[in-house]
Amino acid sequence: MSSDEHAIIIGASHAGAQLATSLRQSGWTGKISMVGDEAIPPYHRPPLSKGYLNGDKHSDELLIRPAAFYEKTDVDLLLGNRVTSIDRASKTITLHEGATIPYSKLALATGAHVRKLESLPGHGLGGVCYLRDLRDVDQIRCYIGTGKSAVIIGGGYIGLETAASMRKMGMNVTVLEALPRVLARVTAPEISAFYSRVHAEEGVRIITDAAVEGIEGDKDVRAVKLADGTSIPADVVVIGVGVIPATELAEAAGLDIDNGIVVDEFARTSDPDIVAVGDCTNHYNPIYGRRLRLESVQNATDQAKVAANTLCGKLEAYNALPWFWSDQYDLKLQIAGLSQGFDRVVLRGDTESGRSFAAFYFEGDKLLAVDAINRPKEFMMARRALSSGQVADPAKLADESVEIQQAFS
Amino acid sequence: MPLVKFVSFTGEETEVHVSAGTSVMQAAMDNGVSGILADCGGACSCATCHCYVDDAWADKTGKPDEVEEQMLDFVMEVKPTSRLSCQIVVEEDLDGLVVHLPESQI
Repeated sequence: MSSDEHAIIIGASHAGAQLATSLRQSGWTGKISMVGDEAIPPYHRPPLSKGYLNGDKHSDELLIRPAAFYEKTDVDLLLGNRVTSIDRASKTITLHEGATIPYSKLALATGAHVRKLESLPGHGLGGVCYLRDLRDVDQIRCYIGTGKSAVIIGGGYIGLETAASMRKMGMNVTVLEALPRVLARVTAPEISAFYSRVHAEEGVRIITDAAVEGIEGDKDVRAVKLADGTSIPADVVVIGVGVIPATELAEAAGLDIDNGIVVDEFARTSDPDIVAVGDCTNHYNPIYGRRLRLESVQNATDQAKVAANTLCGKLEAYNALPWFWSDQYDLKLQIAGLSQGFDRVVLRGDTESGRSFAAFYFEGDKLLAVDAINRPKEFMMARRALSSGQVADPAKLADESVEIQQAFS
Repeated sequence: MPLVKFVSFTGEETEVHVSAGTSVMQAAMDNGVSGILADCGGACSCATCHCYVDDAWADKTGKPDEVEEQMLDFVMEVKPTSRLSCQIVVEEDLDGLVVHLPESQI
């Protein structure tokens, strides 16, 4: 490539930050610009529902790299900017203030938008919040404090992490889950029951099968009303009911979309000069043999490395094992692999008392995933085994007298 | 500001000054020291910020806790001085700290 080429990255979060860094490491000598709609450089999002929410961490401490790092590596940060369109014919993007910038290569790292419950009565009241970026949490922080009441709508990871953080701050917390159990979309019933137990032990009220009828209040929220007539007092409501991939720009530009921006194993979209990375992509995973859309730091980071190589002309297929983590109270949950499609769960340790066990998900004889709670060894071993295709022995996994390493061959 | 010296697997040295209270992992990230991936950003969840504390400093940096110890069991080429660099916080008493980086994190 020549040094007058220009790579533009749209989106400045985990995927964008990694892509900019990896482009330089992969030998991109041209210009790099990264456009982000927020005013600060890319930052770690996982602490938003934890250390940043409860005030332990300042926004400066969340930065993935300091602003000086981008200067040093000659990456132009176009912060506080929104891209309004992509013109693939002229290979330009247009910013919201009207500037048009030419690109040689374009990377879409547009992430996802929170799913909004805009038709819910009372949705517009003060104190009704979402949790996706720093600005969302800044807003939530205006309404929280010891002794105040919070209602969390959605018993997924975001909802439960938020509940734990608020409970630790001495708030009264209720979690409303529409399905019969929390974490229903992502874990086995045993794990849902475990998280419900721990949250109850910590003083959080979880209501499952909850049908939210509306949010009540005058200017600010006062209560959340359920269909059965229950009214739950609330100073703040946090809605965490999932995300939608941010595909608008790609779609308007005529790129292939199917539950995310469709990319190949090299992170290329249907336009060879445009790659896409992170939460916004629909990509093929060879370990599971199907297309996936993942909402995770791991996917953002690993796919960005693949895309950087692609833009530098080095084609290396994306084949990473998905993994995740979630910290709540003293629970360190580490997840390796994807459990969807499991027909059996093998437990190592006791889910009904205590706070340490691992759940191994199988489809037939094939290990799919592990949820490891305060079990770093089981997580690390399973991550290695799943990546390298080792076979797991369910009987040995269930037997705590057998070293975890001995359960794999 | 305390000084931290990173020594890459091939012997290349990088010296960086960091604010007290910064982790060794973040010091590497902030200064573009390669050889540390830090996928989880310091949550002690990924074990991709593995380093070896120089023998002369091993006592001063302390010992890993149980979680870190269990994670370290599975890193590449673990040694008695292995640590996850996100778990070492640089205070004034670690001014001059030397850490060595492994050949590979994963």
